Amino acid sequence: MSGPNTNYDPVEVAALAPEALEANVADALDAIAAATSLEELKAARLAHAGERSPLALANREIGALPPSAKADAGKRVGQARGQVNQALAARQVELEAERDERILVEEALDLTVAPARHPVGRRHVLTVTAERMADAMVALGWEIAEGPGVEAEWFNFDALNFDKDHPARQMQDTFFVDPADAGLVLRTHTSPVQARSLLERGVPLYVAVPGKTFRTDELDATHTPVFHQLEGIAIDEGLTMAHLKGTLDRLAEAMFGPGITSRLRPAFFPFTEPSAEMDFRCFVCRGEDPGCRTCGGTGWIEWGGCGMVNHNVLRAAGVDPERYQGFAFGMGVERTAMFRHGIEDMREMIEGDVRFNAQFGMEI
Amino acid sequence: MRVPVDWLGEYVELPAGVTGEQIAAALVAVGLEEEGLHGGDVAGPLVVGRVLEKHPEPQKNGKTINWCQVDVGDSNGTGEPQGIVCGAHNFEVGDLVAVILPGGVLPGNFQISARKTYGHVSAGMICSVRELGIGEDHDGIIVLPRLLGEHHVEELGLQPGDDLIPVLGLDREVVEVNVTPDRGYCFSLRGVAREYSHSTGAAYTDPALIPVDPATQDGYAVELADAGIPELDGVPGCDRYVARIVRGIDLTRETPEWMQRRLLEAGMRPISLAVDVTNYVMLALGQPLHAFDLATLQGPIVVRRAVAGERLRTLDDVDRVLDPEDLLITDSGTRILALAGVMGGEDGEVTPGQTTDVLIESAHFDPRSVARSSRRHRLSSEAAKRFERGVDPDVTDAAAQLAVNLLVEHGGGTADPAITDADQRVATRGPIELDVTMPTRYVGVDYTPERVREILTMIGCEVRELGQGTISVTPPGWRPDLTDAPTLVEEVARVDGYDKIPSVVPRAIGGRGLTHGQRARRRVAGALAGQGLHEVLTYPFVGESRFDELGLAADDVRRTALRLANPLSDEAPLMRTELLQTLPEALRRNISRGSRDVALFEIDTVTLPDHAAQAPVPGVGARPDDAVLQQIRDAVPGQPWHVAVVAAGQADRSGWWGKGRPVDVTDVVAWAHSVADTLGVPLRRVQAERAPFHPGRCVELTLEDGTTVGFVGELHPKVVQRLGLPDRTSAAELDLDVLVAASERPTQVRPLSTHPMASSDVALVVPRSTRYGDVEASLRAGAGELLESVELFDVYVGDQLAADQQSLAFRMHFRAPDRTLTTEEVNAARDAAVARAAKDHGAVQR
Ligand SMILES: [Zn+2]
Repeated sequence: MSGPNTNYDPVEVAALAPEALEANVADALDAIAAATSLEELKAARLAHAGERSPLALANREIGALPPSAKADAGKRVGQARGQVNQALAARQVELEAERDERILVEEALDLTVAPARHPVGRRHVLTVTAERMADAMVALGWEIAEGPGVEAEWFNFDALNFDKDHPARQMQDTFFVDPADAGLVLRTHTSPVQARSLLERGVPLYVAVPGKTFRTDELDATHTPVFHQLEGIAIDEGLTMAHLKGTLDRLAEAMFGPGITSRLRPAFFPFTEPSAEMDFRCFVCRGEDPGCRTCGGTGWIEWGGCGMVNHNVLRAAGVDPERYQGFAFGMGVERTAMFRHGIEDMREMIEGDVRFNAQFGMEI
Repeated sequence: MRVPVDWLGEYVELPAGVTGEQIAAALVAVGLEEEGLHGGDVAGPLVVGRVLEKHPEPQKNGKTINWCQVDVGDSNGTGEPQGIVCGAHNFEVGDLVAVILPGGVLPGNFQISARKTYGHVSAGMICSVRELGIGEDHDGIIVLPRLLGEHHVEELGLQPGDDLIPVLGLDREVVEVNVTPDRGYCFSLRGVAREYSHSTGAAYTDPALIPVDPATQDGYAVELADAGIPELDGVPGCDRYVARIVRGIDLTRETPEWMQRRLLEAGMRPISLAVDVTNYVMLALGQPLHAFDLATLQGPIVVRRAVAGERLRTLDDVDRVLDPEDLLITDSGTRILALAGVMGGEDGEVTPGQTTDVLIESAHFDPRSVARSSRRHRLSSEAAKRFERGVDPDVTDAAAQLAVNLLVEHGGGTADPAITDADQRVATRGPIELDVTMPTRYVGVDYTPERVREILTMIGCEVRELGQGTISVTPPGWRPDLTDAPTLVEEVARVDGYDKIPSVVPRAIGGRGLTHGQRARRRVAGALAGQGLHEVLTYPFVGESRFDELGLAADDVRRTALRLANPLSDEAPLMRTELLQTLPEALRRNISRGSRDVALFEIDTVTLPDHAAQAPVPGVGARPDDAVLQQIRDAVPGQPWHVAVVAAGQADRSGWWGKGRPVDVTDVVAWAHSVADTLGVPLRRVQAERAPFHPGRCVELTLEDGTTVGFVGELHPKVVQRLGLPDRTSAAELDLDVLVAASERPTQVRPLSTHPMASSDVALVVPRSTRYGDVEASLRAGAGELLESVELFDVYVGDQLAADQQSLAFRMHFRAPDRTLTTEEVNAARDAAVARAAKDHGAVQR
């Protein structure tokens, strides 16, 4: 290393010789170009632009030059260092871009197998079906009522004109509460809420009732001792069976699609007169395929019972049958869900297997 | 009711070539639902077989099968015996049986082929009446002489290999219809034929319109001794009793083949001439009859109520204690011959070979009296089924006449000219007045007054004009169900056709839609499902053993459950008092089916019989007074809505993406909170000990006023073990009604402060027995209004503390509504909080 020397000729100082500077620059540029990673570039920066690099050392020599020589030498060294720094910066950008791209490639994930970290659960098909049916009734302007599953015998039978000795009362396969004179049963249908609603809300009345019901059937593919119904009752002035049919048509459409209508067949229920069984149009074949598996080729699917509310039911609720009349209907929620979703075995809805639930969406 | 088509055709004109299906469709249109079509669906070869060998072979499953060699003549093409496996045992070597050979088809399109079973190749099947669709008997296979009668089999000269299809009437069709309880008259060919005529307009001939010999004064003495009892509203038990005598009958004679066939087709087994004739008349006219051996009768027929303590051994060989409400047929008043309208006893019965003179009873009994006796004695019979639905009281004598005619013709007897007809009928119902516009106003179809009159007349009513658009309608005897104007409206509507009713959507008055509770339950269910829980519905039936399994103490109020008088299973006669009594079963089922990570919830009511009250049952047709109504309502037990959760497996699933985390009680506490948060209800937590939970891992959730909402915890290890659940299964049960009520009022908001928030951390050393929540509550109380929130972010126990100490690290966030807080203010609030914790719990800042 040279010390300060006032009569020193820069051309005479080896490090400041143009050839030497050029050689240093060339070395530096080679090293920069050869750097294939940011680490190698860092090493090249240290070697060729660091404090101990030949160019830095050459720069230091300038201070020792006579003033006349300083400007010229300074300019040459500055140009050389500028050239090297530019190359470094350019290479830095290149290598950073390469690195960034490589990182993206390296951290790629295969997402073709679903990461089921927190799978969503599901509602049960029966509750959601009942909600959908209730919503269809709300859309028609009806209210949604409820009643108890353990019900007074009077509400379940007598209020609905089931006489104590009438065979229909015996045909209900009723669960009775112990002791037998408790006057309580597990409701065999949602119909007791007809009487409760009439007593509590009065007339005019448009009320639908989803709920759980009970009969002493053993569980098999088509029976369950615990099941669900949707009940409807409308009492007003001037309501007819035509209004009953219109309401059922709307509900059938809401559950099974546009153009699905209902059909009435004569039947008997103690709490309606006239009474009818109701069917809905097979939504699979629309009555056009005698080989249809859904409806058995009949074109119609049984849905439930209905009719004009019996005068004795109105009287039991203190409503004047000379002034008010109306209709009631009840259908199985299980049956509705089974047909809508092609469920063939009742037990699948009872067992609570999450694999069954997982087949449905939250809204069905 | 099984309706043989050829029999039907005797009473109503059937179009040539009509099929059972078409007949069924016509009957459906007037309200007789099709239950099934029989006949025409068995394809041969169905032949007579004679059992040559029968080798019982016990099987591993405990059953014994018979490996049989059966002679089927040449019908199998070889003349060699057929090897057939048969599961029934009610036959012997030498018996004639019904054999369907490979290639045959049984009802339900059941194709028969030779198949390997129980180590043999079974080349066909020995059939039962059920398999052939001609009856419901479960008693084994058909032994032909037993089914058809020995005589008949001999007459026919049945030999192995003979075609059985025509012999059993399987080439002929039977339409089975469901008869609703109001149409008792359709338990007869007479009634069904009439309905077919109503549906199609086909010409109808009433089979009851036969010449009837008039009653005489010297008939067999009959005394109708029951004038009615108050329990049955004073209605006489019997208001008409016809007694006819036929003498000199040979009851060993075979019932004519055509009658046997019709009985078989209608689902009844031919027994003997006297019984067959009474059954035949019952099926034809709907009038049940009883035949007594005249020689054994000891005096006049007396129809009376039973006296307490009387007994009767009925024909089904059950000794029955009679009730004073039971109506009896007695001779001379002392010896009991029958439970009227339900079933006969041993005395007075007709015995073929002995009996020569027969007394035919054709009577009309009070439907309710018969219904109650039948129910009381759990004794249902073909007769009771008809009487309790109402038998035509105008047909009593014609039915007796028809029976007499048939016995004379086929039994060779002579009809006694002395005829009893004790007829004490009083008109209990007047004619019904009907406004002729009512059917239109009720049904929504424009029926002209002429059409209304025409239809009512067609169904057998007498219609009289009363003027001013009103008619007087007297229903026929066979329609006791026509009692008021709406019942007549139904007749008009159904005969005119329900298919004519138009569709009109009513304009409802507009309602309130869903209640808050209904909406709240939907939200809660959606929130839980959204967090990964599956909704399930379990049966509400439990037994006491479940309470034991859950570790409920002997005096736990949750053991007070509503008991069913007739449960499906004696193991589960109670209604659950909590959902967690049944929900874990669904978890166990899922685990046993291979699912591992399962979180379930159920939303339903539970039954809390908190008071023993009796609900009055005041009867039909009138509104009970307010006091009685209140008694009825009050007797119904409380049934609040609950939500329960049970979970096992992983909360955070492991997989290729990384490690998972098992579900634990903190997850369930969080879910329980999410239920309350869904409804915007703040909860408090109180450490609790309660079955079925782990005593150290259970918390009670309450409203801010202390009202219990429910409990969350890890299930007690013993409970987990007894219920067969995965270790560490955690659960919760909340009273949704409490949350719904607490969320009824709309939330009122506080304005948000936009000034900056300041935070301060404190670490407090407290005894390990001190509850986190209590320390947090003290900090809240001490910090005052400036405290916005506080969170417990770390808990330390270990070497740097005494063994019975823990360090709780809380972060407190402060904010003022109107200014930026100074450091001094924040520190002062923090210090006040710490001071409160120190005072309450001896907390020392670390
Ligand atoms: Zn179809």
